[in-house]
Amino acid sequence: MGHEGIGASVRRKEDRRFLSGRGNYTDDINRPGQLYAYILRADRPHARIGRIDTTQAAKAPGVVAVFTGADMQAENIGGLPCGWQIHNKDGTPMAEPPHPVLAVGKVRHVGDPVAVVIAETRQQAKDAAEQITVDYEDLPAVANLRDAVAPGAPLVHDDVPGNICYDWHLGDKALVDQAFAKAAKVVKLDLTNNRLVPNAMEPRAAIGEYDVPSGDYTLYTTSQNPHVIRLLMGAFVLHIPENRLRVVAPDVGGGFGSKIYHYAEEAIVTWAAGKVRRPVKWTAERTESFLSDAHGRDHVTTAEMALDAQGNFLALRVHTLANMGAYLSTFATSVPTYLYATLLAGVYKTPAIYAEVKAVFTNTVAVDAYRGAGRPEATFLLERLVDVIAHDTGHDRVELRRRNFIPPNAFPYQTPVALQYDSGDYAKTLDAAMKAADVAGFEARRKAAAARGKLRGLGYSTYVEACGIAPSSVVGSLGARAGLYECANIRVHPTGSVTVFTGSHSHGQGHETTFAQLVHEQLGVPFDQIEIVHGDTGKIPFGMGTYGSRSLAVGGSAMVKAMDKIVAKGRKIAAHMLEASVDDIEFKDGKFTVTGTDRSKAFAEISLAAYVPHNYPIEEVEPGLEETAFYDPKNFTYPGGCHICEVEIDAETGVPEVVNFVAVDDLGRIINPMIVEGQVQGGVAQGIGQALLENAAYDGSGQLMTGSYMDYTMPRADNVPNITVGTEMTLCTHNPLGVKGCGEVGAIGSPPAVINAVVDALRDYGVRHIDMPATPQKIWSILQAGRPRMAAE
Amino acid sequence: MPQVSLTVNGKQHSVEVEGRTLLVELLREKLGLTGTHVGCDTSQCGACVVDLNGGSVKSCTMLALQAEGANVTTIEGLAKPDGTLHPMQEMFREHHALQCGFCTPGMVMSAIDLVRSHPEGLTERQIREGLEGNLCRCTGYHNIVKAIAAAWPLMHGKPMPAAAE
Repeated sequence: MGHEGIGASVRRKEDRRFLSGRGNYTDDINRPGQLYAYILRADRPHARIGRIDTTQAAKAPGVVAVFTGADMQAENIGGLPCGWQIHNKDGTPMAEPPHPVLAVGKVRHVGDPVAVVIAETRQQAKDAAEQITVDYEDLPAVANLRDAVAPGAPLVHDDVPGNICYDWHLGDKALVDQAFAKAAKVVKLDLTNNRLVPNAMEPRAAIGEYDVPSGDYTLYTTSQNPHVIRLLMGAFVLHIPENRLRVVAPDVGGGFGSKIYHYAEEAIVTWAAGKVRRPVKWTAERTESFLSDAHGRDHVTTAEMALDAQGNFLALRVHTLANMGAYLSTFATSVPTYLYATLLAGVYKTPAIYAEVKAVFTNTVAVDAYRGAGRPEATFLLERLVDVIAHDTGHDRVELRRRNFIPPNAFPYQTPVALQYDSGDYAKTLDAAMKAADVAGFEARRKAAAARGKLRGLGYSTYVEACGIAPSSVVGSLGARAGLYECANIRVHPTGSVTVFTGSHSHGQGHETTFAQLVHEQLGVPFDQIEIVHGDTGKIPFGMGTYGSRSLAVGGSAMVKAMDKIVAKGRKIAAHMLEASVDDIEFKDGKFTVTGTDRSKAFAEISLAAYVPHNYPIEEVEPGLEETAFYDPKNFTYPGGCHICEVEIDAETGVPEVVNFVAVDDLGRIINPMIVEGQVQGGVAQGIGQALLENAAYDGSGQLMTGSYMDYTMPRADNVPNITVGTEMTLCTHNPLGVKGCGEVGAIGSPPAVINAVVDALRDYGVRHIDMPATPQKIWSILQAGRPRMAAE
Repeated sequence: MPQVSLTVNGKQHSVEVEGRTLLVELLREKLGLTGTHVGCDTSQCGACVVDLNGGSVKSCTMLALQAEGANVTTIEGLAKPDGTLHPMQEMFREHHALQCGFCTPGMVMSAIDLVRSHPEGLTERQIREGLEGNLCRCTGYHNIVKAIAAAWPLMHGKPMPAAAE
């Protein structure tokens, strides 16, 4: 369809407003009569709350109201709900302790909201909050996984024994045990997956508004899924019916998962707006973001692979402790289970797999999905384990991977851990990546680096992930309390221009462009006459939002379905106007034509007829041209590929530098290659961040030591290299576009490639494994600990 | 309350501010110029960068009163009145150097200062080091670096010197 349809790197529609400072982010919005909220948060990880004295604060200049958990409790405000119920091995449901909006009884992590001050200005609210005194009785706290599961550990929730949220498993334990008993070799690896803070550049913000005459509430919020927030907050927390509550997520400055969840502050400003009858705005300071945005990852794992003498994988056994933080965030419980253990086959035909996962409460910020969510953890485990197997057995790491790949003729492939992969070709992406990374020339580069005092290493990661989430019936049977379809409403205007109302939400993904390309391709409407509307429950049908690389695979498929309905109706109208049979009307390049003739009607002629139905099949066809569709996917989609990383380590200082990075991914059909490349590069940069730089660190007492950009090491422009992106294509077999998704692959595939490269660079130092982040300090210690077994030339 | 007088995007303003009001608060809350963003509280992220008297500053790290008499240009003031984008804005669009757009205003303002202050040319390494004060979480910087290199010849009206490439 020419230069603006599928496959074209169309420049983005949204860029002009962002580049001119005319974006409309939540904190840019100001409502008439608006007040400001400042939230007083716990400064300690675990304490019983005694008296909260707000008298002085309430009298401070500009203060309109001060509320505590007791005020919300008195009005029967509900707790923040968890959206996914996991069952224990014995079939009993997980522990699901209450999560009050403002703390009641105890505070359970530094940052737990205790009180809110509403004042005329931000500064007045903040000043007044300093005058609130809270009597705390400090309690012992647990900040990390091993401490939390130790016998006699302090309890985060008094009625959750051992701090265990659930003790869950997946796979055939007996089969795995048998395979281990017969194995020629068993390779074991202990690893951690470091805790991260998503750090979207826009801090979270929310504005609650109450319209006195109508009794309607509006919430403006930095959300990836406004309908989900409306449902959760309306139905479970504030008890406001949907018809009285509108949730608007305008321009949102990055999400990466952290803006999926229903947060306390959304409920606080909405409820408070009703109490004070004026709009109430809250914007996080960055340190508040560190202390209240859901964190990501944080696993401690033991993995073991059973092998035969030739290096075939016989069975995989995995034990994981997963940190939930102090409370269950909206989708926290699904991350280390159905988004993690189900991926443990990876790209390999391992016939038997068994995983046990214990989810653990600690006195830390809640942990939930962060870009990749469970799949980076599974991929890091597998791709590190494969390299360690190669290290321990002497097999070549590439040949070991090839030997165990699921072959291209095995699709659809049923894994032993529930998923059925529909398509893929892992050798093809490996070959393409090896070529693009010039693996053949690596030894020469290693020697040249050694001459410069640098240790050079190369690392592979071959991975698959499951996204495009998700079939509602499947996730429902696994404990999800929501469906995961998507909606689209296509409104064709009388003159033939189109507005699309989509339940997907764009916070950097460029939907306004990609989705317009889809419409242009399918309906032939000029690209600049297509507008994409998202993020407002007052405008769009009920949609599930954007996460899990689902917008094109699920949201785009809903658009295709709705456009199919438009074309079907258009053919009936055209048949009438052209005095032909409907069966003889074909639609192509924006024209309805009587097959085999030159008699045709343009799309805009049909849309005009639909709204001015003078010469119209009014008995059979309703006026108007607007269709809605909901699409529920039949399966997950399975992007996969190969990432190859080259690092150089300064032999004197231990500073690692990523000097080359190649990602070759199979993402299915690609609509806009420029946007896809950008998504992969951004994901890889986050993966490099996880591997080398980032770590959310708590001290033993439960204080977050990395609570600002002074302490938490974000990747900067000189920490990441140019990232070469290539693509190979096998089509998704079950959605109409054949698309798989590209938003998370970068963050999923890259961390093990980086660490494998670091370990490779240190191969002469007897290193078998390094946990992330591989900081200069860690590497320097390794360099100091032992002279190389063989001198680097 | 004290008063500050300054020129922003060619327009003169006299505004009453508190002593503690930051320049970014003046821009966003008093003048309604919400293109300048706040992404952190520690002068680390650079989302708030504006041009002040011909050099880039982090407007979250300056009191409004310190801008007395200053000439400030924000992201809103870059395009020509007819809507023609500044070459840096145009190259960011051309090279897909933005995704969510939140860091973009600060990134563009820093990039312009970087290019302007290097008439001798810029290497990729210099561009990357020059962006030390600006965080982007979406793009991985790859396309931002490309966009800045592409804007250099447009801003200086000549090809990038070969030695700098």
